[in-house]
Amino acid sequence: MKLVKSAALAAAMAFAAGGASAETVKIAFIDPLSGPFGPSGTAGLHQWEHAVSEVNADGGMNGATLEMVPFDNKVSPKESLVQLQKAIDRGIRFIAQGNGSSVASAIIGAVNKHNKRNPGDEVLFMNYAAVDPAFTNDRCSFWHFRFDSHVDMKMAAATDWISEREDIKNVYVIGQDYSFGKAVAKAAVTQLAEKRPDIEIVGNELHPLGRVKDFTPYIQKIISSDADAVITGNWGADMVLLVKAAMDSGLEAPILTYYGGSLGAATAMGKAAVGQVLQVSEFVENYPTTDAQIARIEDYEKTYPEYDYYYHRAYNAVNFLDMAAEKAGSNDPVDIAFAMEGMTYDGPYGKVTMRAKDHQVLQDLFVSTFSADVERDVEDTGLGWTASDADRIAAGATAQPTTCQMDRPER
Amino acid sequence: MSEQAMKSYDDLAPSATDKFRQRVLPFIVMIVLLAAIPLFDPSRTMNSLIAAMGINIVFALSYNMLLGRAGLLSFGHAVYFGLGGYAVLHAMNAIGAGSSGFWAGFPVFMLPVIGFGAGALAGVVIGWPSCKRSGVPFAMISLGVAELVASAGYMFGSIFGGEMGVTSDRMVGPRLFGLSMGPVEDIYWFIAFWTFLGTLGIYAFTRTPLGKMSEATRDNPERVQFVGYNPDRVRYLVFIFAGAFAGLAGGMSAVNYEIFTPESLSLAPSGLVLLMAYIGGIRYFTGPIMGAVLLTYMQSMLSDYSEAWLLYLGLLFIAIVMYAPGGVAGIVYGLLGILRRGGTDGVLARRAKQAAGVALAFTGLVILVEIAVRWSNGYGEVFEPFGLHLGIDTPLSWFLIAGFFAAGFGVLRMAREIEEGHG
Amino acid sequence: METIVFSLLNGVIYGLLLFMLSSGLTLIFSMMGVLNFAHASFYMLGAYFAYSIMGVTNFWIALILAPVLVGLVGAAVEKWGLRNVHAHGHVAELLFTFGLAYLIDEMVKIVWGRSSVDYRVPEVLDFPLFELFGAEYPAYRVFILMVSVGMLVALWFILNRTRAGLIIRAALTHPHMVGHLGHNVPRIFMLVFGAGCALAGLAGVIGGNYLVTDPAMAVQMGPIVFVVVVVGGLGSLTGAFLAAMLLGLMQTFAVGVDASFADLFGWLGLTATSELGGITIASLAPMIPFLMLVLILMIRPRGLMGDREL
Repeated sequence: MKLVKSAALAAAMAFAAGGASAETVKIAFIDPLSGPFGPSGTAGLHQWEHAVSEVNADGGMNGATLEMVPFDNKVSPKESLVQLQKAIDRGIRFIAQGNGSSVASAIIGAVNKHNKRNPGDEVLFMNYAAVDPAFTNDRCSFWHFRFDSHVDMKMAAATDWISEREDIKNVYVIGQDYSFGKAVAKAAVTQLAEKRPDIEIVGNELHPLGRVKDFTPYIQKIISSDADAVITGNWGADMVLLVKAAMDSGLEAPILTYYGGSLGAATAMGKAAVGQVLQVSEFVENYPTTDAQIARIEDYEKTYPEYDYYYHRAYNAVNFLDMAAEKAGSNDPVDIAFAMEGMTYDGPYGKVTMRAKDHQVLQDLFVSTFSADVERDVEDTGLGWTASDADRIAAGATAQPTTCQMDRPER
Repeated sequence: MSEQAMKSYDDLAPSATDKFRQRVLPFIVMIVLLAAIPLFDPSRTMNSLIAAMGINIVFALSYNMLLGRAGLLSFGHAVYFGLGGYAVLHAMNAIGAGSSGFWAGFPVFMLPVIGFGAGALAGVVIGWPSCKRSGVPFAMISLGVAELVASAGYMFGSIFGGEMGVTSDRMVGPRLFGLSMGPVEDIYWFIAFWTFLGTLGIYAFTRTPLGKMSEATRDNPERVQFVGYNPDRVRYLVFIFAGAFAGLAGGMSAVNYEIFTPESLSLAPSGLVLLMAYIGGIRYFTGPIMGAVLLTYMQSMLSDYSEAWLLYLGLLFIAIVMYAPGGVAGIVYGLLGILRRGGTDGVLARRAKQAAGVALAFTGLVILVEIAVRWSNGYGEVFEPFGLHLGIDTPLSWFLIAGFFAAGFGVLRMAREIEEGHG
Repeated sequence: METIVFSLLNGVIYGLLLFMLSSGLTLIFSMMGVLNFAHASFYMLGAYFAYSIMGVTNFWIALILAPVLVGLVGAAVEKWGLRNVHAHGHVAELLFTFGLAYLIDEMVKIVWGRSSVDYRVPEVLDFPLFELFGAEYPAYRVFILMVSVGMLVALWFILNRTRAGLIIRAALTHPHMVGHLGHNVPRIFMLVFGAGCALAGLAGVIGGNYLVTDPAMAVQMGPIVFVVVVVGGLGSLTGAFLAAMLLGLMQTFAVGVDASFADLFGWLGLTATSELGGITIASLAPMIPFLMLVLILMIRPRGLMGDREL
């Protein structure tokens, strides 16, 4: 009994300390902070913290101080729901998550259910990196906003790049065995069939998520398949180890990645990957931009010396949140959600729009190349990512049709 | 002694009052307790914590049917928990989808029954090969089966849902007791009901001839064979029941969290339930309950205060294996016994000294670990308990650590000297 | 053809690494009856120690020093921990090592962080040795091969050609008799435990940078090590060697094979679009060890070459 009492006491204390007061608005950051995807989550957390600190320095969200509260979910959907429950129990009403579409899927379901069961206590889910197209199509939700371009949008950029190169005849697709990896494979196959019917898909492989320690057998398979290009959606440790094995085995075909910028990948790639590895993303460190943005990058890399500026979308998300709160004149998640629909924002890399129809962000994308000739390098390697205007795809061109039938609450 | 030997067998049997006190009273207390909790209007955090505790209590008790009662060390008990949970989720989806037929009239409140059945079925299938062996081979088979089932979980997407797992919505189907099953308050009654029923069921099992035979099989399988029982058969039957109750707990978890993923079938959750049962004390019926409450509390609350909570858990476990095989329950009942007998001040003083010694040394350890954790994180954060500034390079830190350790071990040594003096 | 050659090479290397990791456990298990759950944790410690030592000095010193340190830690654990639990029986010992595995995991996380560390292949060995069917073969893998074979020969020599080996082999099968003959059996246990841990540590040193050095490496390797020991059989290093090679080859071949159940069982009417038919052989790789474990325990509890039942 004593235990239960002390539990109650501790719980009460935790609530008092963690409850949302008038001055702070907390954002629960539910992502992997340990394990094979720990570096990805931690990098994301720092970027959000930095973005939030900018808003706070600028007077906060309608005067309220924003605060990030990290929760480690170990990329497990079940653990994420336990952590989500914990966050909601503490009165946190904004959720940020990105790493893992399997996790995002569980969170969307749980947030929908919670908001249905607890009117007046709604929570909002800001997805900054989980890019399974379903989330803004069949499974779209009023409570979910996605600040990253989804798989099909990025794949359009990657397949455009391939279709311009006549010498590419064989393409190999390798990815992680879960909804995201499958979505990448599906998008690659359908889009290549449309744009270049002559291309043969010589391999379409899915490997277990985060459990492969040596990719050499996979790479040797790719080499013996005579692939002219490789497409992969891998991220985190799966990205790092894949390119490490590719460089060790001397794979020469270009590798088109979604997350070549994953922490640790540049070190694993080294000089051998210059010009060979490409990345489709909304941010390229060496692309010419405004002075304010350069100052921001430098400030970030000074604050977190072990990390490189990477998740630019965290700033987009926080800016949208701040702007929507101001527009609504309220810090309530429901008001903010309505205000955020259709909102636009002039960012340092072009105009960013939150499409009202499906809550999918539309932004310019870049196909960047890993290069030795860079002003700002990553991971102190002297190498980095670069893109020119020719590699830029306008937001409008990346847009994809949606099947979303949004179910909006009554106002 | 001689007086006791003169008594007839009837006198040796517990009296009616004893029976009531030992077998009925605890359950009445449990009912009162469970009914009283909502009166305190627990916060949402508290409600979530209680739900997790209820699930883990049933799970740990079911595990102890194997480890404590039948002497079977299993590293794969989460398989039955998980399979029960998956079965319940699929049933819940069927209730949600079907407008007619069997599932349409099935209340979500009663779903743990499905978990019970699924767990038992899994026990029937998996137990058949496993229960031919006991001891270390049994442990190894259970480990192999756990890993097999967990990796199969990633392969059969339509059953286990792959990385994403299977999710469901519990607010479907007919209501029972007027509970919509949506808000946490409704779930409280659901958890309370099934925790009570699970505990009662497992206790009732220990009173059956089969429950008694399982203990006999643990202690002396040859003897069991002599009196005409087949130990393999006894193990197999116990295994099925343990699986069934684990499935029941899994069903409670499925309704509470509305999700199951293949990793909940694997080695890690199986290890955790082993820790719960063992730390609580496998020789007592209430041991696993204490262990489940303690570990669930540590898992959800302590993990917020200290990143190193798993380290403390490992230390606690090793300390229990080495010095207190009776677990927390053993310590608690030992103290109660001393208090009840009274008059033995020496023993009490010695226990108090031991406790003080352990507490002092442990404080030193906590300081050391907390300083180390913050230093290794490298965020420049510093451990500051009670307004003290304890950095890695602060002399005060090391002075405190050394002081607490020295004091702790000094007191422990004193306690031991007293003990030797007595002996 | 390419697949076969590459799978053979990778499989042999992985198998040797597995053997190095499990040979110590076979010795410990056969002699003391302790199925050391923390054995893979010593493998992890080896990798982390080597990473830290390499940060200060170089790889070659780490290669010698790290296993020795791990061995010392192992001997200390035996002397001050395991020996005290021995009286409570084998299950208590198993539980002790289970707790120890938790403890080492957490300590590693505190000291070296929760994510992987950048433990790299030394630069002298970081070059492609030869090219085969268009793919380069890294020199470090051949180095692993050489170290493993070297260890194998040394182990064989010590066990079969020295007096210490004679006593150890005797203690493997008749521990009581060895005690009666006046040998200090607890000390032999401690030495064997330490040596076994050192072997696991060595596997960590050369395997940590070949694979990944992170806090999860122990949990991943732990169960597989058990499989090797149990499948190989109690008291038989030859059995452990066979089991390790078998596992290594089967797992890498499974990844290399590009076939699904539909291709194999198509004659039974299984189609590639059905769920069962769509399962690829490659995805079966992680299941193989455990299937072997369960089958062996059920069909042949002595293991491949064991001289007595588990």
